[in-house]
Amino acid sequence: MHAQVEELVALVPEAVLEAVDMAGQITVTIVPERALEVFRACADRLGYGFLVDCTAVDWKDRTEGRFDVVWWLHRHRDERRLRLKVRIAEGVEVATATPVWRTANWMEREVWDMFGIRFAGHPNLERILTWEGFNGHPLRKDFPVEGIDTGAAIYPETYPPGGGPSPKAGGAQ
Amino acid sequence: MSTDLHLIQSMPDSEEMEVSFGPQHPATHGVLRVMVRLDGERILDARPIIGYLHRGTEKLFETMYYNGCVPHTDRLDYTTAAANNQAFVGAVEKLLGVTVPPRAAWIRMMLAEMQRLASHFIWLGTHALDIGAMSPFFYTFEERDKILDRFEEYCGARLTLNAMRVGGQPYDLPEGWTGRLRVFVDQLPARIAEWERLLTNNRIWKLRTVGVGVISAADAVNWGLTGPPLRGSGVKWDVRKAIPYEGYDQVEFDVPIGQNGDTYDRYLVRMEEMRQSLRILRQCLDREPDGPVMAKVPKVIKPPAGEVYHSVEGPKGELGFYLVSDGSTQPYRLHVRPSSFINLQVLPELVRGHLVADLIAVIGTLDIVLGEIDR
Repeated sequence: MHAQVEELVALVPEAVLEAVDMAGQITVTIVPERALEVFRACADRLGYGFLVDCTAVDWKDRTEGRFDVVWWLHRHRDERRLRLKVRIAEGVEVATATPVWRTANWMEREVWDMFGIRFAGHPNLERILTWEGFNGHPLRKDFPVEGIDTGAAIYPETYPPGGGPSPKAGGAQ
Repeated sequence: MSTDLHLIQSMPDSEEMEVSFGPQHPATHGVLRVMVRLDGERILDARPIIGYLHRGTEKLFETMYYNGCVPHTDRLDYTTAAANNQAFVGAVEKLLGVTVPPRAAWIRMMLAEMQRLASHFIWLGTHALDIGAMSPFFYTFEERDKILDRFEEYCGARLTLNAMRVGGQPYDLPEGWTGRLRVFVDQLPARIAEWERLLTNNRIWKLRTVGVGVISAADAVNWGLTGPPLRGSGVKWDVRKAIPYEGYDQVEFDVPIGQNGDTYDRYLVRMEEMRQSLRILRQCLDREPDGPVMAKVPKVIKPPAGEVYHSVEGPKGELGFYLVSDGSTQPYRLHVRPSSFINLQVLPELVRGHLVADLIAVIGTLDIVLGEIDR
């Protein structure tokens, strides 16, 4: 087992499900319920002070949970990186990383916006890249690339979902 | 919601106002909108609202062949196209297990450093313009044009370069290109000194930047800042040194840092970075590796299933691509780690308690590009 995985397993026993080494990058799959505990162990005990990024991947038809949520961490001490991953089903919440790394705030808002994954305890989980009246989560695999008509939430009577202002037929006048 | 529709909203029974700054404002560098809560001229809180330029690039990537993604990376941060290309092709090459030929890595390194200079020139020109110094804008854009001329000679484009491919470089350098680049590299130090004479000890410049938008080293790391905003706070960290790619472990350069983490220190860091980029360029020009510019890769790129993350030190910070492949000819998921997006997040922390005019200085010093923030 890789040294980086070993020290993590020692701190949070039974939270690590799987560890993969690919192209020199280590990915550790953890138990979703213990995510916050793992974040704290990584940041406070193992020195991963820098959360590089957080995102998600949609595996639409996977039986053991539809989404992967992925974080990658960096520590300046020896310039090593570690990728954490949880597998969750649709509608399951993940703990927010904002109490540990404040930079997670916008990253998690983006994941909520794009994938519809909620982060429990997030201070302000609003949409960030699409507008606040948008319906749907564009990076899900069942969202069409050409987009959908979500209406206009500020004029719901005139432009309901499916009848938004559009040059095509079917839009309200 | 209702407050969002008004440009200026007075709060009942108080002197406070909420002002919508942007998205159509020349000093927001694109379509950034900041809702600012003010008490007179003093900022109580600022809330950046982004997404006006959202084009769904990450979704579009999933419908394209790998080499077809390259021109779309140009359009993320359109002032640093070479760095975007480099980060993307690096990610695919890592997953494929391909090493690019030395000559290709050498060309990439030169393009990336020229792009860093060009990006810093735009930053200096617009940042100074925002604060009220008109002339640096003309001087820096004149020099930037010389870099864009070299880009044009190399790949035909000046802004959206599309200058790299998975496995190497699409073209070799044209005749006489390195000579012309050397002329530029030799004359630039005098120009940088000229700009510094205008600004570094300028009283107005210092009044507007010293002590404005301060962030400590610990906070900068916790907020995930990278690039000059991180180094301005005194953290000596650069992707080129920490996780070297291409030939950065074979060239000598320093990583400049600031001390106070304010707008002035970030200015000094970027000015020194220009000199360090010139140093790298000079070393590149002195050694010209021979050989092909393209590794042996199939016409249609088909990486094995798996995931990989590759990042480069872009002019604005760590720029990374997270690539998930299912073994097909298109990315299953391609996520960008946008340096501007993550650096912008800290804006409210930097401007709270300052004056409205300082907000302009802080937006300038973060050096953001909305094309990358909104993707």
